Amino acid sequence: MGSVTTSHDMGLHEEQLAGRTQQMFFSASEEENFTYPWAYEVDTDKSAEFDAADMEITDINLKIRELMKSGHGTITVNNPRAKHSLGVGILNRVNLNFNGSLGYFGCGLADGANIRISGRVGWSCAENMMAGTVVIEKNAGSLFGAAIRGGDLVCKGQAGARVGIDQKGGTIIVGGSVGAFTGFMMQRGRMIILGDAGDNLGDSMYDGTIYVAGKIASLGVDCVETELTDLDKRYLKGKLDLYGMAAPNGIDNIIKLTSGKQLWNYDNLEATEKKLVL
Amino acid sequence: MAKENIDQFLEGDGLDSEREKTIGQHIGYRYDVNLVPDMERCTPFLHKYMEVMGWQDLNWLEDVHMGYEEGNPAVFDRNINGWVTIPTNIDLPDNQQDRDMIARELLVKFQMAKGHPMVDLRNAYAKFA
Repeated sequence: MGSVTTSHDMGLHEEQLAGRTQQMFFSASEEENFTYPWAYEVDTDKSAEFDAADMEITDINLKIRELMKSGHGTITVNNPRAKHSLGVGILNRVNLNFNGSLGYFGCGLADGANIRISGRVGWSCAENMMAGTVVIEKNAGSLFGAAIRGGDLVCKGQAGARVGIDQKGGTIIVGGSVGAFTGFMMQRGRMIILGDAGDNLGDSMYDGTIYVAGKIASLGVDCVETELTDLDKRYLKGKLDLYGMAAPNGIDNIIKLTSGKQLWNYDNLEATEKKLVL
Repeated sequence: MAKENIDQFLEGDGLDSEREKTIGQHIGYRYDVNLVPDMERCTPFLHKYMEVMGWQDLNWLEDVHMGYEEGNPAVFDRNINGWVTIPTNIDLPDNQQDRDMIARELLVKFQMAKGHPMVDLRNAYAKFA
């Protein structure tokens, strides 16, 4: 377990920072690892399940960790009873199933796990997700996939307001409709909405792509319609097929939205400022 | 419409618009962050990676592209918040889709290697063993 003393002992505070960070690859041809060096070795054929009805949140998360440590690659949690912050910080390859609903901040920071939730989820499900898949069979609350950075986040029902706020990557798919300010300050990634979208869709989006199959109440500032290409269509079909979903009026009738880039504002001092700061 | 020069960020300053010429700096990313991957161009390594992870597509790697930082082909590693240079002995293909696949493969190899800076950071600061 790390500490401040450990980091000093390791010499992490002696590095002189100058200029931009740019690292050379070491021997790329010799490396062939598929999981993080610290990841638990798990076998997806080795499964375990437990009842979380009478367990505290911390105990449930620790139990999941213990099961991964002992090599279980498929874990089922029964009766999560909408407790908050379940399944967070899993940086491992694992199939994790929740039979029931989750409360606020479920499955945040997931990096590599494949998670399925049979019920509903509360606010900020899969916040800051990095990689993997999270599939919710029913509805999701507001802030669904806030600041997600990668992976596939799927809600087969409806989702609340501000879906994918500050999205920085990954793909968010909502089978039903989404609320106001969906895609607010989106910076990257893709969002596929198969139902309707509320007011101010994609407001102040900086980059990224929003696909909408239904009606749009109104577009936000600098969110503009763009041509749907054949590559988009192929991508959409492939992605929706993966989760057994389909555009109600066909892929061809999906509306593609991107940033108009009118809010982009750079100046020629930026690079210099970065170097000064570093 | 003239064909886009894929090497513009390696050969020149890549300043296209009037605004960019005025401020003397390319605006934004030096690649199309919205370019969706062409799965037919996946490398054998990436196919194997997807199989190990239990994914049927590139998942988080859909957002990884080959970029061009200070005249060098490079890939951005979010785990170190920095660019990682593509080795000079790798020939760059003539299209962005194939270049992106190379960037994805190299990034996975880098991130999952024992020498990645995150390994030291984790040893120093991780809350859980």
